[in-house]
Amino acid sequence: MMGKRSAFLTGLTVIAAAVTLTACGGQSGSKTATSGKALSGKVTAVGSTALQPLVEQAAKDFQAKNPNVTVNVQGGGSGTGLSQVAQGAVDIGNSDIFAESKPGVATDKITEHKVAVIGFAPVVNPDTKVKKLTMVQLQNIFAGKVTNWKQVGGKNEKIVLVNRATGSGTRATFDDNVMKGKKSVKSQEQDSSGAVQKIVGSTPGAISYLAFSYLTKNLQAVAIDGVTPTTANVLNNKWKIWSYEHMYTQKKANKVATAFIKFMNSDHVQGELVKKLGYISIKDMQVVKDAKGNVTNK
Amino acid sequence: MNRYRVNQIMTGVLNGVTFLVVLFIASFILYLLASGMTAVNWHFLTTSSEVGLGIRDQLFNSLYLLLLTQLISLPIALGAAMALTLYADSRSKLASFAQGLIQILSSLPSIIVGLFGFLILVLKFNLGFSIISGALALTFFNLPILTQSIAVSLQGVPDEVMQSGLALGISKWHTITKVILPEAMPGIWSGIVISAGRVFGEAATLIYTAGQSAPTLDYTNWNPFNPASPLNIFRPAETLAVHIWKVNTESLGQDAATVSRGTIVILILVVLLFNLVARYFSTTMRKKVGR
Amino acid sequence: MNKQLFNSSKEIRQDKLGRLLVYSALTVVLVLACAMLYFIFSKGIATFTQDHINFWDFLTRSNWNTDNLQKPDLGAWALMVTSAETTLLAVLVTTPLALVIAIYIVVMSPKIGGRIVQPLTELLLGIPSVVYGFVGLTVLIPVLRRWAGGTGFGVLAAALVLALMILPTITSLAVEALNGVPQSYQTFAYSLGCTKWQVIVHVLLKISAPNLLVAVIFGVARAFGEALAVQMVIGNTVQLPLGLFTPAATLTSKLTTDMGNTIDGTLASNALWSLALLLLVMSLIFNLLAKLVLRRSQSRESISR
Repeated sequence: MMGKRSAFLTGLTVIAAAVTLTACGGQSGSKTATSGKALSGKVTAVGSTALQPLVEQAAKDFQAKNPNVTVNVQGGGSGTGLSQVAQGAVDIGNSDIFAESKPGVATDKITEHKVAVIGFAPVVNPDTKVKKLTMVQLQNIFAGKVTNWKQVGGKNEKIVLVNRATGSGTRATFDDNVMKGKKSVKSQEQDSSGAVQKIVGSTPGAISYLAFSYLTKNLQAVAIDGVTPTTANVLNNKWKIWSYEHMYTQKKANKVATAFIKFMNSDHVQGELVKKLGYISIKDMQVVKDAKGNVTNK
Repeated sequence: MNRYRVNQIMTGVLNGVTFLVVLFIASFILYLLASGMTAVNWHFLTTSSEVGLGIRDQLFNSLYLLLLTQLISLPIALGAAMALTLYADSRSKLASFAQGLIQILSSLPSIIVGLFGFLILVLKFNLGFSIISGALALTFFNLPILTQSIAVSLQGVPDEVMQSGLALGISKWHTITKVILPEAMPGIWSGIVISAGRVFGEAATLIYTAGQSAPTLDYTNWNPFNPASPLNIFRPAETLAVHIWKVNTESLGQDAATVSRGTIVILILVVLLFNLVARYFSTTMRKKVGR
Repeated sequence: MNKQLFNSSKEIRQDKLGRLLVYSALTVVLVLACAMLYFIFSKGIATFTQDHINFWDFLTRSNWNTDNLQKPDLGAWALMVTSAETTLLAVLVTTPLALVIAIYIVVMSPKIGGRIVQPLTELLLGIPSVVYGFVGLTVLIPVLRRWAGGTGFGVLAAALVLALMILPTITSLAVEALNGVPQSYQTFAYSLGCTKWQVIVHVLLKISAPNLLVAVIFGVARAFGEALAVQMVIGNTVQLPLGLFTPAATLTSKLTTDMGNTIDGTLASNALWSLALLLLVMSLIFNLLAKLVLRRSQSRESISR
């Protein structure tokens, strides 16, 4: 009997402790201790899942250099990243798209930092026997005007469209660079690259698009107008389907966030990590693209 | 056809259908185990996901989160279930209103619970992506399930028990804690296990609250306020289920599939272990109560 | 000594404390539930109050287009129908199987049932929904494709995956329900010369019917709220599910797919919260319906007594 009671009391104590700790946690938020030379504090970055692996890895190396700093990297989607950084709820918002192209974001409150480039390639299930398409053919496929692979030089097989989620960064890049205002036909939509990879790989006649880093052997990447989807072709804009990865900070970013963004543009990240993880370095680009999609030479 | 013949046929059908379904479930689970078994070894269990692709930290996080969640939700669910079944008249307006509310809550998709946790706990209460945010969000998710299953097992205790207790002049509270609760304990215990299984496999709620990164932990550091300590409840924590989700949706490289399959094997084995332990306790308890 | 007479006894004080404790626990649960409902309600209603979407259009139209801000075309009808259809199908497939297994565990062979069958079904509970989704995608979809042609994605695939996911929920609760029937009733029926089957049908199932219904409602709730697994196999297309193999989208799958890509406070985000609100309302309706059935069967029972 005593045993039970003491167990109950222990339980109560633990809960009480948890509640107290919770209360204390409020103060330990994202404030930065500024005194002293050693950088210390806490930074939270949320948003794009496409950029997440890079930021995570960079954060690890950054923390190794600055032991008193905690960088907390989470996903949640570009929309979440932009909303929360604009509202001041997090320090850094990771996004696949320009804040300007998302209505409803308070762009005057945030500063943009480009940290990498991602190239995207149309992918098809290999059984379609299609290896190249023209831009117009690709448009027509996603607009629903072409419905059989036979019509574009492939096998006699129905085309299964797998589009990306409306509002996602990948979808926006594809719509801006391929569809150019044309409306996509109603079709299957998937949010995650992993799911698209598996669906296209296992469904005969399927077509979708993926970042270069997700191209695997069981998928056929498609060349467009004779240009193959390679990093070299992205650098000079011969390959058109690419976009920036952005990290947005608040206008008055704290010291740690600023230092971390600076680290993202350092040689260590741009020279090694970016390539290792399948992104394209911002420093290698020979062209610049603005929020409206206009491309100019650097 | 006489009733004995009907009986013979129908019991045969019952046995047959059960056998087929069990066979199906068994092959489903064996399929998952077999496809991941090769990925599982001592190294996989004892290294962190950053160094050796292992899942040591995720395994610890899952268990720790589960423990915290049950510590917070069990007393509340137990109290609420007692109030609904033993105190309030089950036909009263309050009871049926409360039951309806709890029922609706249990059909909420977990992503909604996750977003609620994200906007309220992580941002408004400034708890950040942390174990405590995750545990509280899981509590929202867990409370309706647990409350309802405990209520069912309390209802299973015959009314006569309460009445005879009261007739003997023992207080209601005394009757409940000394007689009714022990009597209902096996059922309550299996309710806990069922909810534990669901909490363990839950991903959508945690993606937005406990987060999906697993900072390297130092298992020799037992100071709960140190960020590297496994016990710290303010650090972000990726669980096994979230790890599987992440590896499957956004992860790169050839190892992803292997890691995911291996993680599934560990998850299934842990849930199996839960069930076995629970069954053991439940039967010993039943024996104690004399059922 | 006089003082002691006026003070309440230890028992009574304990009793009061206990009453306080359990009611405050109930209050915590109710406050939490209300907070969550209020949260969803306030966010979900903004589509109609701020963005001036016609409520009736939202209920009856089947397009989901938030790109054109001047003329958004939003309707949840197809999503609602798909949610209801997949859930219903899943429950129809699972309920008979779950009942059979529960009967086996309780009546036919409690030993094998308790040691093997029940633990095995409960194992299914701990498997994360992503895993169901991927197994559905890699194993079930190709089978359906070969069997019925087309792509395999669609309502049926989702319903079958859901059916497996809710099997343990319904089974466990059905076992509890059947166990709740006093042993003496069975013994009595056997002594009257009833066969096993007669005892099952006329005693066990009849008496536990209301609680079995609760078990099914639980299954419905689980299926209704599931997103990650459904999203992988249903083919995520917002359209009315005309056939079993039509790709479609449910309220939850749409919600989960799009939520991370929307900006807080914009129409695209508010509309998704409206879906959550619809989901709540639909599960409220399910709940009320079930209560009605329960009350009816109870009143009939009390008359026959």
